[in-house]
Amino acid sequence: MLIQFIVFYVFAAVVVGSAFMVIAARNPVHSVLFLILSFFNAAGLFVLAGAEFLAMTLVIVYVGAVAVLFLFVVMMLDINFVRLRQGFMQYLPLGAMLGAILLVELLLVVGAFVVSPEVDTLAAPMPPVEQQSNTHALGQLLYTRYMYLFQASGMILLVAMIGAIVLTFRVRTGVRRQSIRAQVARTRADAVELKKVVSGAGISGSL
Amino acid sequence: MAPLTIPLGHFLSVAAILFTLGVLGIFLNRKNVIVILMSVELMLLAVNLNLVAFSAHLGDMVGQVFAMFVLTVAAAEAAIGLAILVVYFRNRGTVAVEDISLMKG
Repeated sequence: MLIQFIVFYVFAAVVVGSAFMVIAARNPVHSVLFLILSFFNAAGLFVLAGAEFLAMTLVIVYVGAVAVLFLFVVMMLDINFVRLRQGFMQYLPLGAMLGAILLVELLLVVGAFVVSPEVDTLAAPMPPVEQQSNTHALGQLLYTRYMYLFQASGMILLVAMIGAIVLTFRVRTGVRRQSIRAQVARTRADAVELKKVVSGAGISGSL
Repeated sequence: MAPLTIPLGHFLSVAAILFTLGVLGIFLNRKNVIVILMSVELMLLAVNLNLVAFSAHLGDMVGQVFAMFVLTVAAAEAAIGLAILVVYFRNRGTVAVEDISLMKG
């Protein structure tokens, strides 16, 4: 019980601290690395809440794909980050004020709300862990009741994939490439030519 | 009824702080699109944390199903956003937000 609380607070502190470093780090590469750390610890919080499958998905999807994508883009593009940092202090007072207001409001909501006691008809009651694992329960819902939404999210990913490819695809001009089609389509007629060379005259005249 | 022994308010407070940090990041890094995209990811993570915490608190699986859809859409959004960023950088040689105002009348 106590150790659960300690683990929760360690994870929560690292999540919040690394999230702060994401927005405060001077070097965007460090920002991405702190984002990865933050996602890892958020996955730990998910495990504590009993959502193991989502925790693993978070690690695989975010750390394995999205954060690496960010890292690629940050390191691939030759961006002048010093210029982008200008005005950081200029926006600090306004940003800090708005952030503080938002945080106080959110914390007030969190502190004051109660779950209505009438909420006892759950949409999909969670089975006990001894009977059914979290992944099994999630799959049983996802592949039956939410089948269409599941398919729709697959379509979203497909559209995103095609969109990203179409956006970043470019045909380079001035690059000599092997054209297999042209090579295969060559016939003997346009590759070899027989010339009748008059004996002793050389080939300069007949070419 | 729920496996959650840590009070719900603790989870929600962490999510609230995370969300606020995301908003703050958008304000502070007004010029850097990459950090803005990362801030959006942080905000989506906070939302996911809320959904999972409520799901565990109420003992209802639907919250986790919804969190998974949020995760999917966030991944798609990051891919498209970074693709747009790469194309923009290729065309203009910069990613400063203040230069992305050509469409303004």
